[in-house]
Amino acid sequence: MGKKGNKPDEVLDCRKLSCPVPVLKTKHAISKLEIGGILEVICTDPGSVKDIPAWAKQTGQELLEIVHEDSHYEFFIKKIK
Amino acid sequence: MSVTEQDKKHIEEIIEAKFKTLMSERKKRMAIIASKGTLDMAYPPLILATTAAAMDIECSIFFTFYGLDIINKKKNKNLQVPSLANPAMPVPMPNIIGALPGMTAMATMMMKSWMAKVNVPSITELLNIAAETGVKMIGCQMTMDVMGTKKEDLIDGIEVAGAAAFLEYAAEADITLFV
Repeated sequence: MGKKGNKPDEVLDCRKLSCPVPVLKTKHAISKLEIGGILEVICTDPGSVKDIPAWAKQTGQELLEIVHEDSHYEFFIKKIK
Repeated sequence: MSVTEQDKKHIEEIIEAKFKTLMSERKKRMAIIASKGTLDMAYPPLILATTAAAMDIECSIFFTFYGLDIINKKKNKNLQVPSLANPAMPVPMPNIIGALPGMTAMATMMMKSWMAKVNVPSITELLNIAAETGVKMIGCQMTMDVMGTKKEDLIDGIEVAGAAAFLEYAAEADITLFV
């Protein structure tokens, strides 16, 4: 659950994976969701803070929220198309 | 009936809006040339191509000269990192030491162990992902002739073509990279 109350339909664990794997897995996971579904991606790669938003912008998906935890980052992405 | 300045402006606005819609509907395209056959130079084209595919960017890689080794199934599991004339070596050392026997193997082993530590996929894994996500991989016909490489020596799903075929594709590309 995100801090803004975003409830994910699927959770993708990308901890300890580095570029480009989180983006590749995110793409794969989002393709399996229904439109309007929310995907939560958990990353430890610091590069993902820039990469996941860039991916979302390019592919036209909506990044709802990024939660910075001490040990990882959580991204909440809504499937738009 | 004469065309006023206002009409002209209006027409320009309509054309611009239409152009923007057409441009945004068009899929972006990237064309990469992979020309090196060392392990360190095999990674960038494959990482960029697989990421492009994940970002809905159409992508094609043209493997030419030593870059052909990346898609040669007899050679691509054994790509090496050069220790000679490589000032970026992790442990700074006089260049002459890099020429000693075994130094290339050592440099290669070191790079592979770092890559594994941070879970970067291997070259074989990246090639599989590229094929699955629709990255078009083209082997250079001329290089194959020069090096005596046969189509059977290459991994599955490779198209073989020449410079003109690649350039025709690249001419429509938004991003073109030479690695």
